[in-house]
Amino acid sequence: MQQGKAFNRQRVTDFLLHYAMYIILLAILVTVSIIRPNFLALGNILNILKQASTKGILALGCAGLIVLAGTDLSIGRVMGFSAAVTAALVQSVTYKSRYFPGMAQDLPLIVPLLASIVIAVIFSLINGFGVSKLKMHAFIITLGTQLIAFGANCLFIEAQPSGTAQALSTFNQTFKDVAAGDLMLGTVKIPLVVLYFLGLATIMWVVWNKTRLGKNMFAVGGNEEAARVSGVNVVRTIMLVYLIAGVLYGIAGFLEAARIQSVGANTGLGYETDAISACVIGGVSFSGGVGTIQGVVIGAVILQAINFSLNFLGVNPYYQFIIRGLIIVLAVAIDVRKYIVKK
Amino acid sequence: METTQAPLLEMTDIDKAFPGVQALSKARLTLRAGTVHSLMGENGAGKSTLMKCLFGIYKKDAGTIMLEGKKVNFRDPKHALDNGVAMVHQELNQVLRRNVMENIWLGRLPLKRGLVDSDRMYRDTKAIFDDLQMNIDPKAIIGRLSVSSRQMIEIAKAVSFNAKIVVLDEPTSSLTEKEVAHLFEIIRKLTARGVGIIYISHKMDEILKISDEVTIMRDGMWIATRDAGKLTTAEIIRLMVNREMTQRFPPKTNTPGNVALQVKNLCGKYQPTFRDVSFDVRKGEVFGISGLVGSRRTELLNTLFGFYAKESGDIVLHGKPVDNSQPDKATRNGFSLLTEERRATGIFPQGNITFNTIIAHVRAYGKLLLDGKKMNKDTEWVIEALNVKTPTKRTLIRSLSGGNQQKVIIGRWLLTAPEVLLLDEPTRGIDVGAKYEIYSLILKLAEEGKSVIMVSSEMPELIGICDRILVMSNGRMAGILERGKDFGDIPGEQETILTLAAMYV
Repeated sequence: MQQGKAFNRQRVTDFLLHYAMYIILLAILVTVSIIRPNFLALGNILNILKQASTKGILALGCAGLIVLAGTDLSIGRVMGFSAAVTAALVQSVTYKSRYFPGMAQDLPLIVPLLASIVIAVIFSLINGFGVSKLKMHAFIITLGTQLIAFGANCLFIEAQPSGTAQALSTFNQTFKDVAAGDLMLGTVKIPLVVLYFLGLATIMWVVWNKTRLGKNMFAVGGNEEAARVSGVNVVRTIMLVYLIAGVLYGIAGFLEAARIQSVGANTGLGYETDAISACVIGGVSFSGGVGTIQGVVIGAVILQAINFSLNFLGVNPYYQFIIRGLIIVLAVAIDVRKYIVKK
Repeated sequence: METTQAPLLEMTDIDKAFPGVQALSKARLTLRAGTVHSLMGENGAGKSTLMKCLFGIYKKDAGTIMLEGKKVNFRDPKHALDNGVAMVHQELNQVLRRNVMENIWLGRLPLKRGLVDSDRMYRDTKAIFDDLQMNIDPKAIIGRLSVSSRQMIEIAKAVSFNAKIVVLDEPTSSLTEKEVAHLFEIIRKLTARGVGIIYISHKMDEILKISDEVTIMRDGMWIATRDAGKLTTAEIIRLMVNREMTQRFPPKTNTPGNVALQVKNLCGKYQPTFRDVSFDVRKGEVFGISGLVGSRRTELLNTLFGFYAKESGDIVLHGKPVDNSQPDKATRNGFSLLTEERRATGIFPQGNITFNTIIAHVRAYGKLLLDGKKMNKDTEWVIEALNVKTPTKRTLIRSLSGGNQQKVIIGRWLLTAPEVLLLDEPTRGIDVGAKYEIYSLILKLAEEGKSVIMVSSEMPELIGICDRILVMSNGRMAGILERGKDFGDIPGEQETILTLAAMYV
């Protein structure tokens, strides 16, 4: 009898721990809609998803690095550089002070997209090399590359014909339509960026759960020694995970340029905090070897739902910082309970 | 099986030396296909070293290894595995948060159209499990399974590699009787297919039951190889422990006084653990704790020090119950603990001698700013009193030998002026000369009125310096032996200890 009770309590605790993030998301939505019944309009929900998308894509990339027991501080600056390169290549050809005055007609969109990806991949591979070959901690190598990316980006922006460092803006219509447009579904406007995010999340789910790379990534992050004696190529696994992260950062930079419509030296500043927070809220453990793509997606959405709700309620921005901080701390405090070993 | 064909594995004249100690000298082992060959010897006899030489973890200094008549030299365990030689370690090297089948096929996951073929992986795993009559879900997260299941899974993994040789290192130390029976069934299935098993264990009855042949090692040397059918427990013990005991221990000079520490019905909290342990230790006494691997000696010591949680029971010092629920409380109550894993939980490798010496006593050097002169003086005292061989007190501790590191850590605890010293394997990984010095030190501390509780896997060492020995068996007290009555130049003393240690396994 007593054992049954204890067993039940254990199961309830396990359930709460397991679904804590979903419960938090639900609690936020319910609380806000009780205060303001008009909150749960479709428009608001789509807006939350739209705002969550670019940072969500960044989070999809860096989640793999966190599973490898690493991190990435260079996300924001690298994405900023990618976005600047994208911006320079998609400026309207009728815009007088464009970056490339010789550009007489719109480039096919694949060119700025690939350029954006190449920039981000270069930095990611440097990070991956530092971690896998030079055995540096990811925190340190990415601390260095974020500065390099920032400096390079400033030089790039400053090299425009006008000689100033003004933000790159005035993009061509095709770019705006493809990267920041909407899909009309009857009378509902679905932002394309949300579909891109969900598409990429699906691909990443397959990579994590259905490919050798995904399994090897979890093995290396969970117990590098066991992976090595099982014949897993640890260096190759780490490099590939970084490569994929770079591709995702490049796509995010491309989309972000279209969303903000004007790319300056400070674009991307602080995005790494949001991306890492999304992963952590979504249950990707900093000790490595644990995490799910569903979790990362939910994490990105929760983070944005919190921001949006606080704005919607008109909360003082300074309080917003405090509340967001508390929620991250709470989320992780709950999450680590799952794995504590008692002795 | 007849002996006419070439043996499956033949290791001859294997030598291996470490700085200050000859770990193996002309060691040998011959394994025939389809048989179980047990490897026996005390801790430190060289069994693990011999296996590490086989798997390329250590480079042997001399000798040859022949696999099915061909000379081999494995670079690393993976290389050995690829050649059909597998090892199931005591510490299971698994990715705990992933499932069973991924752990088995890691490094060679089956693919179908570029993606991992989970169905095939499941089928193949299930087939191996069914074949071995193992009832484990291939999709279960491995960290949630019992140690015995995890061990079976490692054996199944070896089978999946078509291993010809499987080495089992203390496979039954954490298994119940029923699980042991299942393990033996699996072993018999494997030998019936011609697989050779090397079985390392301390448990006599099991070895006599499962083995075809037994090789006994002592002090890194081959002593004997016999048919298991012609051996008895008494004969094995005689072969294992027969050695000269001259001059290995300093003369005993301490005299136990009044009772200082009383431990009453102590039980550990989290499984696996010990239960109902009670004993007294006197002022000036050296109290030994003996037992096999898995007898929960370390858990007992850690619980006395508050590092592990206790379920129930009392710790009483000088008639007053003390609250040792946390190590810092225990330290204030006059306890100190020398941990078993010197490298993991003893030294601060990046720190110098001074740092490593004063760190447990840091509150004594001032409230706000620390008194550097006093710290230097204390460090010099430790170096002087414990005869630490070091160039300067600024030397990094990791550049010292194991014995000198151990002296620094003992010195660290002496500064806190403890009444009860808990020592867990104080001479592990230390060469013979330094061992003698540590023994002298322990006896001197007892002479000064401290109570010393010492866990050791080396029976001669306990017999050499302890006043009484508590023998643990599978988490329970098996008995307390007294010097002069049960041991200390008493014939059959080691047999007495071994018999008690095997009481509940």
